[in-house]
This record gives sequence, structure tokens and C-alpha cells, in this order.
Amino acid sequence: MKRLFAVVPLAVAVVLGGFFLWGLNPERDPSEIPSVLISQPAPEFDLPSVPGVDVPGLGRADLTDNPGPVVVNVFASWCVPCKAEHAVLTRFVERHGLRLFGINYKDEPEDAATWLSDLGNPYERIGSDLSGRAGIEWGISGVPETFIVGRDGTVLYRYVGPIVGEKAVAKFTTALTQAGALERELGS
Amino acid sequence: MIRTLFLIIMLGLPGLANAVEPDEMLADPNLEARAREISRELRCVVCQNQDIDSSNAGVARDLRLLVRERLTTGDSNEAVIDFVRARYGDFVLFKPPFKPQTYALWIAPFALPAAAFAIGGILLWRARRRASVEALSDEEEALVAQVLARHGRGDEK
Repeated sequence: MKRLFAVVPLAVAVVLGGFFLWGLNPERDPSEIPSVLISQPAPEFDLPSVPGVDVPGLGRADLTDNPGPVVVNVFASWCVPCKAEHAVLTRFVERHGLRLFGINYKDEPEDAATWLSDLGNPYERIGSDLSGRAGIEWGISGVPETFIVGRDGTVLYRYVGPIVGEKAVAKFTTALTQAGALERELGS
Repeated sequence: MIRTLFLIIMLGLPGLANAVEPDEMLADPNLEARAREISRELRCVVCQNQDIDSSNAGVARDLRLLVRERLTTGDSNEAVIDFVRARYGDFVLFKPPFKPQTYALWIAPFALPAAAFAIGGILLWRARRRASVEALSDEEEALVAQVLARHGRGDEK
């Protein structure tokens, strides 16, 4: 019994040390919010198209019965990181056959139209979320955010922030590959 | 005079630190009070340590409007909070719910001191019992007396 007590300080130190190690991990983002949407059906929403952009709007119904997983990207013309991310997403669409849908979050339709005509439009459908209500349904905290939605309309993955830079692109590519959303594998 | 004025202004400042704008407020003071109450329990997902009642973030404003909209359609306070919670998770609640994942969070502050007192108490009790055991029994006293008698008194050389 006495010997057992002698181990207690060591055990306490190990447990506390473990917590400190976890807390000090530079990879850990303490402001990251776990998403409740993962493995849940995509939320109910129905957005009209952006006036001046020649792709249809986006709703819950467009996310089901697709031949493969699709990606829903929340973006806005006023969001600077979105511009950098736009190039990455365009590359995914052009080179790897990614199917990309967009939610234009709290954006002026004219600004969005100009932005898309300047940079090109990789989106198959774009819903215009003027009030930000669809954004709340998706539980977003800002733009950009990107979701992978499975064939049956289940949310498989969520990426918060711009998919820019080697690390982020690698992380997102892994998620896309696991979901089977890429028509052609990377490197081909 | 200036000091008093300064004090009044300074004491009044925290009350002004308020993000709710006039155009958001509801006409019904009852509903508005409930909306404020709910807003103080909901965390802003952008600025994380602020409630949506005092946050200027865009999403916080949207959520404030949403809370008021749900209230005017006749939702109860709980229904409104559940609506937001279904979309943003337990993270938006400043007061975490009591459920299996949060047992450690709620119980540990009480259980840890209780365990410490229990262990300390047991150790003290055992130490005291051992001290009382160390006193000689009658038999041992007799034996000591016998030995002393045989060898003469201890203080005589």
C-alpha cells in the first residue's frame, strides 16, 4: 500500500506533463471549433443564383444524387484570402475534375459578378446568400470555408479558412482522395 | 467636481460597451429582454471569448437577429438556444451542458478536493492509530519490570 502511494506523485507528474505537451503542440489550434455537421446530412437551404452570373443557384436538393462527392465553398469578393484560394480551387476543378459548388456569402451581386469574370468561374452552381442565413445553417464562422459533401448529401469534411499553401492543400487533397471526390488522382 | 464627473463617466463606460444596435432591437421590451438574456449565453464563434451580445462581429450580429426572429415567432428561450446549438455545437454555449463528455469538467472540481481530503484523512488516522499501538501492553510492562528487577535498577551502575 505504501509503495503504491510512492508512485502517486510520478503518476500525477506524467498526467500533467501529458496535458502540457498536448497544450504546447504548435500544430494544435485552440481556436478551432469542432463542427457538428460532420457525418450529418447537409443543412436545409435554398439560394437563388447571383444576378449577372450565368450559373444556377444552389440548394439542399443539388447536393444529393450526385454521381460522386462534391465540394461546397463559401466565398465572397470582399474576402481577400478567397482570391488566393480561388486559384487553388480552379486548379482542382480543371486538372482533377472536382465538382465545385459555391455559396456567395454576404456579397454584393455586382461585386461577385465582376470578381468571377476577372478571375474565372470554376463553380458549377453558386447560391447568393445575401443575409448570411444559409451561412448560419452551415455553421460557418467566417469566409472562406469549404465542405466536402458525399453522394447522399452527408457532410464528410469541413475546412475552415483558405486552402492556400502546401500544408493546407495537402490536407485538403487527402480529404478529397479519401472521399473519392477526385476524378483523376493527383500527379496524373 | 471634475473628479466626480470623471468617476461618473468612467463608471458609465462599461454600459456603453454594447454591440446591440438600435435597428436590431425588438419593439416589445419583454421579448427584447429575453433576447438580451439569450445573447449573453451564446458565444461569438469569431471572437470566441465574447458573447454575441457584446460582439461586433458580423456573424454575431446575424445570430442576434436570428435570436430575435425566433423569439418573435414564439420560440421559448430553450428552443432558441437549441436552434443555434444544433448548428454550432455545444461550443456556442458559455455554460457547458451536463452530459457524459463533460462529467469530468463538472465533477472534477468537487471530486478532486474530496479525494485529497479523504486520502489525507486516512493517512492521518492511520498515523494516529500506529502511535497508540506503540504504547506497551500490560504483559510487556511486566516483562520490562522483570528484566529491570533482575539486572538491578537502570540508573545504578
